[in-house]
Amino acid sequence: MSAPAADTAVPARFKPGDRVAVRSADPPGHIRTPWYIRGHTGTVERLCGAFPNPEELAFHRPGLPAQPLYRVRFPQAQVWPDYRGPAHDTIEIEIFQHWLEPVR
Amino acid sequence: MANEAHPHHHDHAHGHDHKTHPHPKQPDLEDQPLGYYQIMEIAVRELLIEKGIVTADEIRQALEVIDSRTPAMGARMVARAWTDPAYKARLLADGSAAAQELGIDSSEVKLIVVENTAKLHNVVVCTLCSCYPRPILGLPPDWYKSREYRSRVVREPRAVLREFGTDIPDDVEMRVHDSTADMRYLVLPERPKGTEGWDEAKLAAIVSRDCMIGVTKPRLG
Amino acid sequence: MRGHHDMGGLPAGPVDRDEHVKQAWEKRVDALARLLSQKKLRRVDEARRAIEALPPDAYDRMSYYERWMAATAQLLLERGVITSDELGRKMDEVRARETAR
Repeated sequence: MSAPAADTAVPARFKPGDRVAVRSADPPGHIRTPWYIRGHTGTVERLCGAFPNPEELAFHRPGLPAQPLYRVRFPQAQVWPDYRGPAHDTIEIEIFQHWLEPVR
Repeated sequence: MANEAHPHHHDHAHGHDHKTHPHPKQPDLEDQPLGYYQIMEIAVRELLIEKGIVTADEIRQALEVIDSRTPAMGARMVARAWTDPAYKARLLADGSAAAQELGIDSSEVKLIVVENTAKLHNVVVCTLCSCYPRPILGLPPDWYKSREYRSRVVREPRAVLREFGTDIPDDVEMRVHDSTADMRYLVLPERPKGTEGWDEAKLAAIVSRDCMIGVTKPRLG
Repeated sequence: MRGHHDMGGLPAGPVDRDEHVKQAWEKRVDALARLLSQKKLRRVDEARRAIEALPPDAYDRMSYYERWMAATAQLLLERGVITSDELGRKMDEVRARETAR
């Protein structure tokens, strides 16, 4: 896999520990933010690096500048209204920066 | 969906080498007329060879790479981590680099290794398609790519794991990892009790593919 | 609109743990995909997008490797590496050859 284009990357907005909300957007095309997590709030676990945008790569475009990609952790009990497991269960998903908004 | 010609469970770590113990001929399957996409595969391959875009040798080499990758590679990494705390630290810091140390070509993936502990159990899925650490574990099992697993394990992981015979107590956090982008995940299972003094080979033999996905835990014997 | 492939959290039945032996043609689909990616004639993101664009009933009815084969052909058509006409004719030729066996 080719290395991320570090010198043309969008600057990282978030850091581990930041609370972030996944945008409730519904654009057409090739989207790697799962439907089930849109609109939910979680905590940044780590910055994975910056990678070309798959939404663009899917349509024969280079997807640059590279977008920061984060692992974001969510409490399962908040993601699913009927979650039956214990309150401390979590789900972690990789989400690109342009899908995230800061939460106060 | 997939042809269920010869179902059996591949929940063990050794590479399944069809050359040395081939499966018996499946008469029903192999005498059926070729499907539309099987014909397409032959046609595309022949066209690309005619056009000089690929060669038969290149296809053979790519097949060899695919066949060479088995869960035994991941099992070696786990066994090393269980016996060498410094390796384990490196594995958790950079899974790809730690794989390379053992001669596993992980250059295609950015591997994150997540550790199971007495307080945390990890399980991996790709809800959107079938992202899987292929250079470390080989090809994913059919169930990993199924609608049932992809839909349910994010929402009811404990129930899904019970279907695999795995019961995680409520005081242990269950963490699901959905591989949505460029990272790939490997679960580092907890080393079971009763394995004190075992060498790496003996330890690797109890590390199955399924416990490196996170749906099971290693069992003795 | 939620894509048909975007199934996390949807209701579904028990997980079927039975596994089928990978047929030779299925491994060749995989091998060809790897090779084309190495030659920059395919990106996995393009292949995923092509699969996501399959009609829902086709997505459900097709096997995993059928979907990936369909995607490979789609991408080769998009890039103009092959044309529909030549692929169609070659498929007819292969079908005739296989039937004559």
